[in-house]
Amino acid sequence: MKISVEWLKELLPVADEPRQLADRLTMAGLEVDAVALAAPVFSGVVVAEITDCAPHPDADKLQVCTVDAGGADPVQIVCGAPNARVGLKAPLATIGGALPGDFKIKKAKLRGIQSFGMLCSARELGLSEDAAGLMVLPSDAPVGTDLRTYLGLDDQVIEVDLTPNRSDCLGMVGIAREVSALTGEPYRFQPPAPVPAAHEDTLPIRLEAPDDCPRYVGRIIRGVNTRAETPVWMQERLRRAGVRSLGPVVDVTNYVMLELGQPMHAFDLDRIQGGIRVRLGDKGEQLELLNGEAVTLDGETLVIADEQVPVALAGIMGGEQSSVTEATTDILLESAFFGPLAIAGKARRYGLHTDSSHRFERGVDPQMQMLAAERATALILEIAGGKPGPLIEAVDQGRLPVERKVTLRGERIHRLLGTAIEPEEVRGILQRLGLTVSDGESPWTVTVPPYRFDISLEVDLIEELARVHGYNRIPVTHPASPITVQPRTEERVLLSRVRQAMVDRGYQEAVTYSFVEPRLQELLDPDHAAVPLANPLSADLAVMRTSLWPGLIKAVQHNRNRQVHRIRLFEAGLRFRGKLSGLSQTATLAGVITGTALPEQWGADNRPADFFDLKGDLEAVLALGGHPERYAFVAAEHPALHPGQSARIELDGKAVGWIGALHPALYEALELDSPVLLFEIDLDAVQSARVPGFHRLSRYPSIRRDLAVVVDDAISHREVRDCVHAAAGDLLTDLVLFDVYRGKGVEASARSLGIGLILQDFSRTLTDSDIEELISRVVERLRQDLGAQLRG
Amino acid sequence: MTTEHAEQLQALVQEARGQVDQAEDLAALDQVRVGYLGKKGRLTEQLKSLGKLPAEDRPQAGQAINQAKQELQALIEARKGALERQRLNTRLAEERIDVTLPGRGQQPGGLHPVSRTLERIEDLFASMGFTVATGPEIEDDYHNFEALNIPAHHPARAMHDTFYFDARHLLRTHTSPVQIRVMEKDGAPVRIIAPGRVYRCDSDVTHTPMFHQVEGLLVDEGISFADLKGALHDFIRQFFEKDLDVRFRPSYFPFTEPSAEVDVQCVQCGGSGCRVCGGTGWLEILGSGMVHPKVFEYCGIDSERYTGYAFGMGVERLAMLRYGVDDLRIFFENDLRFLRQFR
Repeated sequence: MKISVEWLKELLPVADEPRQLADRLTMAGLEVDAVALAAPVFSGVVVAEITDCAPHPDADKLQVCTVDAGGADPVQIVCGAPNARVGLKAPLATIGGALPGDFKIKKAKLRGIQSFGMLCSARELGLSEDAAGLMVLPSDAPVGTDLRTYLGLDDQVIEVDLTPNRSDCLGMVGIAREVSALTGEPYRFQPPAPVPAAHEDTLPIRLEAPDDCPRYVGRIIRGVNTRAETPVWMQERLRRAGVRSLGPVVDVTNYVMLELGQPMHAFDLDRIQGGIRVRLGDKGEQLELLNGEAVTLDGETLVIADEQVPVALAGIMGGEQSSVTEATTDILLESAFFGPLAIAGKARRYGLHTDSSHRFERGVDPQMQMLAAERATALILEIAGGKPGPLIEAVDQGRLPVERKVTLRGERIHRLLGTAIEPEEVRGILQRLGLTVSDGESPWTVTVPPYRFDISLEVDLIEELARVHGYNRIPVTHPASPITVQPRTEERVLLSRVRQAMVDRGYQEAVTYSFVEPRLQELLDPDHAAVPLANPLSADLAVMRTSLWPGLIKAVQHNRNRQVHRIRLFEAGLRFRGKLSGLSQTATLAGVITGTALPEQWGADNRPADFFDLKGDLEAVLALGGHPERYAFVAAEHPALHPGQSARIELDGKAVGWIGALHPALYEALELDSPVLLFEIDLDAVQSARVPGFHRLSRYPSIRRDLAVVVDDAISHREVRDCVHAAAGDLLTDLVLFDVYRGKGVEASARSLGIGLILQDFSRTLTDSDIEELISRVVERLRQDLGAQLRG
Repeated sequence: MTTEHAEQLQALVQEARGQVDQAEDLAALDQVRVGYLGKKGRLTEQLKSLGKLPAEDRPQAGQAINQAKQELQALIEARKGALERQRLNTRLAEERIDVTLPGRGQQPGGLHPVSRTLERIEDLFASMGFTVATGPEIEDDYHNFEALNIPAHHPARAMHDTFYFDARHLLRTHTSPVQIRVMEKDGAPVRIIAPGRVYRCDSDVTHTPMFHQVEGLLVDEGISFADLKGALHDFIRQFFEKDLDVRFRPSYFPFTEPSAEVDVQCVQCGGSGCRVCGGTGWLEILGSGMVHPKVFEYCGIDSERYTGYAFGMGVERLAMLRYGVDDLRIFFENDLRFLRQFR
């Protein structure tokens, strides 16, 4: 909503400077986006009339005009505007004047002919974008008058970004009422006087959807001169409100909308067959709109129809066929109340958003239709003449919004705001807002006029009080609340700790979009169907991620394309699997590494990172919970991973994630050229933790024995470990793998594992024979169960 | 003792002193020691030959020899100390390193600036007794809109460009549905913040289709708008670590009444007006208000007994202001040159 300060001053005294007024509005909840001059700074521009025109002798497109600018002598102006003609009134920038941007006007010679000033287009004056020709001034514009005075341009426009609850401020009268509530200055609103009918012509109006349209007011005006000129004051007010001038009838309906907040429409009466039916459109019905677009109705949209066809989308936009044109002489004015629910969402359905739909879907004053019709009639008669018929009102009173009574308790104000507002102030604020407050003490009964659609509860009244009283006058306090201990389980590793562990291991945290490109996801996680968005922003953000890998791989690509080759990234976030019904949204931790194991440095080789680097990092994170033995890495195949370098991660035997090297077959498709390693695991499994439990320490010395056992490649390290543990029993307190050897002395399909057994008893010092006996038991068990041999 | 004998002893000591001084290492020094003071050493021999002297001369001669022996011993010890110091110095010189060489090993990564900011926000509210609550990102219409007093076709829905899956499922447009879920489940009192990802179908220089919010909710008996002002005042000043002016401006959210936008004095220009604040001197950083009675009704909480406040803030916006980032979209490019700046 754009407010002309000068227009507002006609409705109530405004002592504030425009900036102050803007601040006042902002702090009352009518957020001001901008305060702008009604016209940019220019000077020395007067109303002038072209009295003679002759072609320029040396230029086809120029004319030499003689111009009456109100001075004693006519002025010679060379002008290139195509619409320059004798009798035209246009703005003249005189010598010594300046156009916007401090463009000084001087005498000039154009192709050898002197020009003593410049005739201007609206664009040159910064008044509109129209640069097609000279700005045409009304024929009655007084020659010689300063243009700024003539158009009242020394005005400012305050642009308010109204919240959707404040439809009452979508007209100047509503704004005046609001300003009055804030400043205490009374506002003047003279309800327009009824215009007496000059004939008795009416037409039937039928409300066939009375819930959606409980009131429709029409009036026939005959003999309207639709070619009349809209007066310059009205054109200017429309322009300042951001509305284009489109001829006197449309201008008047728009003007009344800006003034009273009541959207209106005018039909060419000749195009209306019979009467008006306000009904729901039939599914499939066609209507060509004023904007030239044809819409097909969906059966839920309210339309204005004549006896045959729809002629307007009710409250949204008129139809092209019934619109007022320069050929129109008789019109039907429409001033209706369409319920917010009837219009809400409908305009969007047809890709439309109009000044009218904007107001109706937020709520128009249900008492304003007759007044607006009278006001518009008077203005049309004044500007374009014509003979009005009587007002035709079709109304279903029972379905119109009515006044509401709301109880307001003084103590509730105090309780909700944390401060008391004096009863006198309460009464004053509410009354200035147009509400009626019952006499006496709290609780009060407050009567709310129907145009305040946003006030139906006590809290709504308290908000009105708070914002007019001033939010900044409400104190700053802290609640007195009991100190309570929040539960905090030790059986869970905090997410922040998990993140920090990844960071400490050299990973940079990434945050990638939750929606990804379907093709990329299909490559990396073909086993899970993704949930598609119904209205994605683009094809590469079209489906929800079933894995964090697509986002991380994209981040790897992004950085590799920027000459970064060593990348370590992780992300924590939800992945989405399953159908919409029974969808799982699982918090997940994922990581990716590529490039060298260590940052390039002296004293360390630059070997590429491999599976065990990533596994080591993940194990470090899993160790945070204090029970690393519950996790297992089980060799298994995943479609996106190298079949020989991938493992399913299990917690207590339950699959919780994957780790491995990206499948070599995917490198080309993913535009990658060096090994990439990935893991992904349910965050729940990572965060699982135990409360430590103490084990008493042995007082006897521990003894270490090392073995080198040769095992076939088919036997996993895990099996060897489990076997040693089983054979050694409780005396084995720790088991370390210190070497994996392949090569000379070991068969090609086998390797030698160097394992250290740390042995200790709780009740005595182990003897040599104890140890010999135990070691031979272990060796024998390894041989029997796994075919392992001691390395010779 | 004869003069001759005394001179002889003197010459022996003199000779030994020369050898001690010439010993270049501990082994050579030890040889000198053995040569004079060992079992068969020349001074030892002197002692052994005392018996050949007349009895009356013996004590004097013995004393002289012992004195010479002690003198020599002291010389050797001194030389030994000098040689050991020399040896240590040599070793120290050999072991000298360039301590300006960089240390070895992995280097730490860093948190994403959004996480960093989120953790900071969570910490500050945790200190006020708020606990973290989370909820699903694929939400239903009821929790995202309906129960927050935004019925179908409400104009406020137009302010949320929503991603839909079907008529009922959508990507949450704010973290407010978490407050509904928490109140449905636990009733009152409540004191939570809900951080997380939210989604709007919008993408340009100042909008990304995904961003982060922190929603806060405090419901108890006797909670007032003044308390809301208190909490947010404190939070904002602690977050920016500056005594910034904060103003509360009436606004509209369907799920709070009264509602307030919270502006903070521009962190860039201090309120004089600049590019960051669009010349107004104020930055809009939070939406807030008192929980709407209809929201309480949806959650089965008695709005006569309980009152509460709720607020919501954009994490990227706070991160941008705190760290001086001037491009929103860079947050989700995951460019390491950007991410590393937040280590």
